[in-house]
Amino acid sequence: MTKTSELIVCEYCDAVYRKTSLARHQRSVCVRCGGVLQRHVGLTVQQRLALSVTAAILMVYAHFYPVMSIRLQGVSNSATLWDSVQILSQGSITFIALVAALTIIIAPVLQVLLLIWVLAFAMLRRRSPAFALCMRGLESLRPWNMLEVCLLGALVAVIKLAGMLDVIPGAGLIALAALSVVLIYIAGRDVRDLWDRL
Amino acid sequence: MNEPPLAITLNLCLCHGCGLACDMQGNPQRCVRCGAPLHWRKSDAIARSWAYLLAALVLYIPANVVPVMHTSMFGSSGGSTIIGGVVEFWKGGAWDIALIIFIASVGVPCIKFLGLSLLLITTQRHTDWALRQRAQLYRFIEVIGYWSMLDVLVVALVAALVQMQELGTIEPRPGILFFGLVVVFTMLSAMSFDPRLIWDGATPRRDG
Repeated sequence: MTKTSELIVCEYCDAVYRKTSLARHQRSVCVRCGGVLQRHVGLTVQQRLALSVTAAILMVYAHFYPVMSIRLQGVSNSATLWDSVQILSQGSITFIALVAALTIIIAPVLQVLLLIWVLAFAMLRRRSPAFALCMRGLESLRPWNMLEVCLLGALVAVIKLAGMLDVIPGAGLIALAALSVVLIYIAGRDVRDLWDRL
Repeated sequence: MNEPPLAITLNLCLCHGCGLACDMQGNPQRCVRCGAPLHWRKSDAIARSWAYLLAALVLYIPANVVPVMHTSMFGSSGGSTIIGGVVEFWKGGAWDIALIIFIASVGVPCIKFLGLSLLLITTQRHTDWALRQRAQLYRFIEVIGYWSMLDVLVVALVAALVQMQELGTIEPRPGILFFGLVVVFTMLSAMSFDPRLIWDGATPRRDG
């Protein structure tokens, strides 16, 4: 039998295939259930590390600058992502603040930190300390990162309030938009290929 | 096209932690590469998935009945439910925003309730009906899953913004807690389901 690391198992129906090398924009699909088996990884480790650092910088802006501010009769008020988590934590609904914090702050921050850690060592062609733990952490955080939902939410909020008062999108919103695009590129399944490379 | 061999017949098991095809000779408990626990199928997939789904279904009732936020502005005040918010946008002429919120907070959860129930029932009945389509349905549910968090985040942002003492305030209300729990539970339900069970129960195809 061939070495098992050259095999690929469809996670949706258990069919087994041999790994193939893919060209740009190509992906391999399971003939049995139609699920995607492999995707071409277009970015090198170096590029991915650069994007992770970019994400970290954008994250600082997205978290410390207001996502938007409002103005009504001379009084103005602004809100950051953290403010919106905090407002949920008051009263009997505290638990939902935890969920919101996980989806828009904790998961993305941890993802970016773990990516930088793992990729920085990958640049030196070695596995980082606690490599398995970090990789599994990335794996379990992925479904809980909802920054792109938050971005759509911010746009809906702008329109919702625009009828009643003046809404001014802030620097945080632009950073949030850029950040969610960058994270789509780097925080996907592709990190798994580090297992084979290192 | 030839049917590919199955992992279980080759004595292989997919590691969910890193995607390695693990050789199950000697019954290893953990993946040799990443150390994640190995199992042929997710444990108690059907029971867990049903449990989360039913919990979500029960919570979906208060999520729609109880107000999600309370607005007091320009002297008037009142609570609004999720549907109330959609109707307000619709009446105000913003049909596109109304549609986005409707899809995220009513469409997506309902598709998940119906889709997951369908998957669970057909899997329990070991039918070989529409195998490929059911596999696609599962992937669709996986992808759309988290978009229903939209309303929770909208309420959070709006409430954080509109805090202007006597001029006006918007406060979150318990409805948003129920709604958030619905989203979390349906996501957990989809994660606990094992799509490989769709194929396991079915009789092998003759044309293969």
